Amino acid sequence: MTLLIKALNLNRLKTYAMLIKMAWKNIIHKPLNSILCVCLLLFGVSIISVLILIQHQLEQKFERDLENIDLVVGAKGSPLQLVLSAVYHIDAPTGNINFAEAKNLMNNPMVEEAIPMAYGDSYHGYRILGITEDYLNKYSAQFREGHIFQKSMQAVLGAKVARTSKLKIGDTFYGSHGQVEGVHVHDEHAYQVVGILENTNSVVDNLVLTNIESVWEVHNDNHGHEPEAEEAQHSKNHEEHEHHDDSENEREHEHKTNHEHENNHKHEGNHEHQTKQEHENESKLKKSKTIHNPDSLDITAVLLKYKTRNSAMGMPRYINQQTNMQAVIPALEVNRLFYMLGVGTTTLKWIAGGIIFMAGFSVFLVLYSRLRERQYELALMRSVGYRPKDLLGLLLYEGLLLAGIGYIFGWLLSRIGLYFISRQAENDFNLHFGGQWINEEISLLFLTIFIGVVASLLPAWKAMRMDVSATLSKQ
Amino acid sequence: MLHITDLSHQYSNSPKIVFPDISAEKNSTLLIKGASGCGKTTLLHLLAGLISPLNGEIILNENKINELSASQKDRFRGEHIGIVFQQSYFIKSLSVLDNLLLSPYAGSSSKAIQIAKRLNIQEFLSQKPNQLSLGQQQRVSIARAVMNTPQLILADEPTSALDDKNCKDVLNLLKQEAQVNEATLVIVTHDQRLDDSVNQSIELKPIKDVCYAD
Repeated sequence: MTLLIKALNLNRLKTYAMLIKMAWKNIIHKPLNSILCVCLLLFGVSIISVLILIQHQLEQKFERDLENIDLVVGAKGSPLQLVLSAVYHIDAPTGNINFAEAKNLMNNPMVEEAIPMAYGDSYHGYRILGITEDYLNKYSAQFREGHIFQKSMQAVLGAKVARTSKLKIGDTFYGSHGQVEGVHVHDEHAYQVVGILENTNSVVDNLVLTNIESVWEVHNDNHGHEPEAEEAQHSKNHEEHEHHDDSENEREHEHKTNHEHENNHKHEGNHEHQTKQEHENESKLKKSKTIHNPDSLDITAVLLKYKTRNSAMGMPRYINQQTNMQAVIPALEVNRLFYMLGVGTTTLKWIAGGIIFMAGFSVFLVLYSRLRERQYELALMRSVGYRPKDLLGLLLYEGLLLAGIGYIFGWLLSRIGLYFISRQAENDFNLHFGGQWINEEISLLFLTIFIGVVASLLPAWKAMRMDVSATLSKQ
Repeated sequence: MLHITDLSHQYSNSPKIVFPDISAEKNSTLLIKGASGCGKTTLLHLLAGLISPLNGEIILNENKINELSASQKDRFRGEHIGIVFQQSYFIKSLSVLDNLLLSPYAGSSSKAIQIAKRLNIQEFLSQKPNQLSLGQQQRVSIARAVMNTPQLILADEPTSALDDKNCKDVLNLLKQEAQVNEATLVIVTHDQRLDDSVNQSIELKPIKDVCYAD
């Protein structure tokens, strides 16, 4: 008895194997029709796949980088630009803020942690950022080699910077002015690499970190407009450190204008020549490497973390209304950004969904129109012992195979597309997109399979219900 | 052993067809002749279980084919009946060997090769069916019909498209395979060339709404 059941199962197994083989052979027997179906499917699938992947990874990355930053304070301007520049380092900063003014804020009792940052030059397109050690802790960056910067002109490289620049501990390099490569090299101030970080999968990987003083030093020397006579005074102030002087307000303003001017370079590359000349003139004027009173100097932005969220509800408003600075809650801006991106990607997804629907329709047409020419084959199958449901199965398998092949090739195309998008994005924004499998793609697989089944259901039903005797009697 | 008693069939909106009682031994050949339209193919389809009779019995080796359910008929047909059609129907996308192995009840591929040798088509096994000549195609059809070691071989106009040489070959091969498989061979035809050398011959004739035997 058990032997009989085994034999039965074996027979069914043989049947399924033969049906799948036939489905496959039928698909490659009429390649043009099949290629059309598969092409439509793969385009739809790959577009949706790429969109899903980019959106998912962008959100993930943006959320990861946002870690523990409750408030970003910087110069007035576009709030989104401030967040993009100060948190993600993919946009030019809005301007500079006065360090003394920022310090008042940083010492506010409601603030748990405040990280000031000053934008320096760039090295091979990677930003040199004047920062404090807290920044490394925020992103739990570990040292692969070396240690944190301990004095000016020492630099720590993010993992990716180290990887692409091939700089090692002890190497020196020069920053070039602005974000664009090879514009103006600050060749009097060499940074020395003292540390290289492990990969953090955050924005830190794409940064060259140094202390804020280094940034001041490089820029003060090259861009200061103070007459030489004032320099002695400045160095004296530097030694006295926290010393305050009303008369310095004027110079602060000067600095602000200078730094804003720098930032403009990034937008207007044409100024290159003019700037270079200016710099040369300045260099002739100044040869000292002193830093004046830090309070008179500018930083770019401050990243704040509150002690408790509720206690600091009024803080952004206070900053925005009472000071020269702008406070932005980055989470809000990022949500706004994704909302705007979402509108675009949703439209594209609908278009791609339409393509997939068309693909389903073409699968239906191909299977349905071939029913007539295949009626003798189907009748033959019945006459050698296949059951009606086997014919239903055969056509369903064909629809499924077409959908499956479309999905697989669509998946491959999406990875190829993503590779090129990622390469471009790495150049432009230091954004990298990986090709890992994510959950939404499983839904996409089910959608594709569903389309394949629905498209082949009607032809399969007709095949199942065919009148074998009548078909075979037709001469 | 094949027994047909009181068999009749009626298509909707058509006159009833009544068939003569027939008995045929195994290893014997039964020729059913008649002009077209008097129910030759209908009789064949009734024997194959592709349609159900209005009345009567079809018994093949103690199995009452007319009493089987639709799925039992499919299975019985797959296991015990081999059919050769007038036109050579094949799955075009499959090779000759895969066409031989098409049925879920077909034997192994070593059996297919053995049968192919008997029918002298072993050299075509890897080709597609439409690359063969009509005579070769009909031999492949015969080979496929006996892949399940049938008790009954049904042939519907197996020679009408063939020349004299191939006609004789095909008839001989059908008889040969019926012998090897100890099967009853039923050939439905209007081909006059098949008259000789069969054990039994029945002619169906239309009279008004009834076909009957001579």
